[in-house]
Amino acid sequence: MTAAATEPGRTEAARDDRVARRSLAARLLSRPEVGSLVGAVVIFLLFMAVAVPFRNVANVGTILYGASAIGIMAVPVALLMIGGEFDLSAGVAVTTSGLAASLIAWNFGLNVWVGVALALVLSLAIGAFNGWLLLRTGLPSFLVTLGTFFVLQGINLGVTRLLTGNVATADISDMDGFAAAQRIFGSEVVLGPVTLKVTVLYWVVLTALAAHVLLRTRTGNWIFAVGGDAAAARAVGVPVRGTKIGLFMAVGFCCWLSGMHLLFQFNTVQSGEGIGKEFIFIIAAVIGGCLLTGGYGSVVGASVGALIFGMTQLGINYAGWNPDWFKTFLGVMLLLATLVNVYVKRKADLR
Amino acid sequence: MSVPVLELDEVGKSYGNVHALRGVSLRVRQGEVTCVLGDNGAGKSTLIKIIAGLHDYTDGAMRLDGADCRFGSPRAAQSSGIATVYQDLALAPLMSVWRNFFLANELRKGPLRMLDIARMKRICHEELAKMGVVIPDLDRPVGSLSGGQRQCIAIARAIYFGARVIILDEPTAALGVKQSGVVLKYVVKARDAGLGVIFITHNPHHAYLVGNHFVILKLGRVVLDANRAELTLDRLTAEMAGGQELAELSHELRGTGPGNQEVPTS
Repeated sequence: MTAAATEPGRTEAARDDRVARRSLAARLLSRPEVGSLVGAVVIFLLFMAVAVPFRNVANVGTILYGASAIGIMAVPVALLMIGGEFDLSAGVAVTTSGLAASLIAWNFGLNVWVGVALALVLSLAIGAFNGWLLLRTGLPSFLVTLGTFFVLQGINLGVTRLLTGNVATADISDMDGFAAAQRIFGSEVVLGPVTLKVTVLYWVVLTALAAHVLLRTRTGNWIFAVGGDAAAARAVGVPVRGTKIGLFMAVGFCCWLSGMHLLFQFNTVQSGEGIGKEFIFIIAAVIGGCLLTGGYGSVVGASVGALIFGMTQLGINYAGWNPDWFKTFLGVMLLLATLVNVYVKRKADLR
Repeated sequence: MSVPVLELDEVGKSYGNVHALRGVSLRVRQGEVTCVLGDNGAGKSTLIKIIAGLHDYTDGAMRLDGADCRFGSPRAAQSSGIATVYQDLALAPLMSVWRNFFLANELRKGPLRMLDIARMKRICHEELAKMGVVIPDLDRPVGSLSGGQRQCIAIARAIYFGARVIILDEPTAALGVKQSGVVLKYVVKARDAGLGVIFITHNPHHAYLVGNHFVILKLGRVVLDANRAELTLDRLTAEMAGGQELAELSHELRGTGPGNQEVPTS
C-alpha cells in the first residue's frame, strides 16, 4: 500500500487542510489483521515463559500441524465471512467428505482415487447447495447452514452405520491407490529437527493464494462488495449470486482437502467427528479481524488466528495445565481479540 | 430540439393488481436535465428501477435511440449507457474510495489479470479532481466521507464509465444547503458534459435551478409535463404540492391550529 506516495499529481492538487495526512503507523494499525498479530505475539511470549517444551524447536512442527488443520478451513471461512455469510456446516462437511471417499472406495471396491474424486464433487455440491438455497430462499446463512449442519451430521452417522454396521469406516490402507493418495494428503517432510506435515504447506499456499485473490484481483473486490452491501454491489453490476455461491464452493473445496487429510492420516474416519469445529473456524476468522456483518476482514488475519489456536492447544499441554480449561481459554481469547480489534480500529480511524 | 436518447412511451408497471405506474411518458435528451418530481409513493422509485434495469415494465414501450428495449439486469442497462446514482448511492461503505469507484469495472493488467491499483487510483483522483473534489486519502473507506463527497464519487463514477444517460435519485434529499449546492453544480457539469440527466427529486426549488424539462408524478400518473419556458417556480411548487389540495389543507389547519401558521410550500 505504498502506491499513494508515488502517485503523480496527488501532491499538487489542493488538499482539504482539515484532513492531515495519516502517518504510516496509523495506516498499518488500521489493517484488520493487527489485533491477531498482537495476540499471536502475546500468546507466543506467554507460553515461551511458562512452558518448557514450547521452547523446543522440534515441537514447532506439532504446533504448526495443529494450526494448519484449523487454518486450511479458517481461510475460506474468512473469505465467506468477508462476503457476508456464515457456514455452520463446515465442520461436519469435512467429515462427510472423508467418509464419502472412504465408503465409496471401500464399498464398491474401487481405486481410492475414484473415491477421492467423487468426494470432491460431493463437497463442491454441498457448498453450491448451501449457496443456492441461501439465495433462493433469502433466509440468513446462519439458518440455512445450521440446517445443512444437522442434515449432514445425521447422514454421516446414518449412512456409515448402514454401510458398515459401525460408527467408523473400515481401514482402507490396503486398497489400490492408497499409498499415492497418502503421499499427497498425509505425508510429512523432515527439515532438520522439525517434522512438517504436508497440511502446513497447503495452509501456507492457501493463505497466500486467498490473500492475493482478495486484495489483488477483481474477484476479491467483488467479495468485499457483496459482503459490504449486496444491494449496492448488484446495482453496479457485480454478480452477487455467482460470487456468493463461489465462496460456499471454496469452503466446500477446503472441506474436501481437510477431509482427505483426515482419511489418509488415520486410514479410517469416525462418523461423529467434526461437530463444533465450525465455530473454531469462525473464531479464527473473527480473531483475524473479520466482521460478523461482512465486508471487512483479512485471510492473513484468519491464518494468524489459526496459529493462535495451534499455539494455545499445545501450549496448555506443554505448560502442564489441565486441558479441561482449553475451551474457557478460547472463549476469553475470542472476547479479548474482538475488543482489541474494535479498539485498534477506532484508534486508527481517528488518527 | 435534438432527438431523445431515451424515450418512455405510456410505460406502466403493475405488481399483481397494484398499478404502481400508469401511462408514463418521458423523453431524455443529451445535454438536458429532465426533472421528475413527486411526493413519496408517487412512483418515482418504480420509474427509476425500470430505466435502470432492476424491474421490467408491464405496459407501453421504452426506446433507446429509437429502438425498443427492455433491460434484463442493471448490467444490461449500464452497457447501454444508462447509469444510476441511487439515493443510497450503491457504494460499499467499508471499501476504499478507489475500490468503490471501479467496482464491477476493475482495471486489470498482466497475464495474471491482477488489479492495476496504481492506475485505478490515479484515474479516480483525476476524475474526482475534474469535479472539484479532492479526497486526500483514496484508501479511506467511503463510509467515513461526507454525504456530498459520496454523491460526487457516485456521479463521477457514472460519468467516467461512459454513461449517456444518468439518473440521479434524490441526490440532494439527505444533504444540507451548502452540500446540496455543490451537488447541483455537478448536475450542471454532467449536463454540460453532454449527458442526458434525469434528476429525481421532491424539492421543486432544486429542480427549478437546474432543470430544462419537468415531469410531475402523482399516484403513478403524470400530472404535469412541461418545458422550463412554460413554467415559473411558483407554478411548479404549487403543482408539486398539490395546488388545490394544499389550499384546502391550509384552510383546515388554520381552523384547528394553535396559531395562524402558514403551511410550508415545499
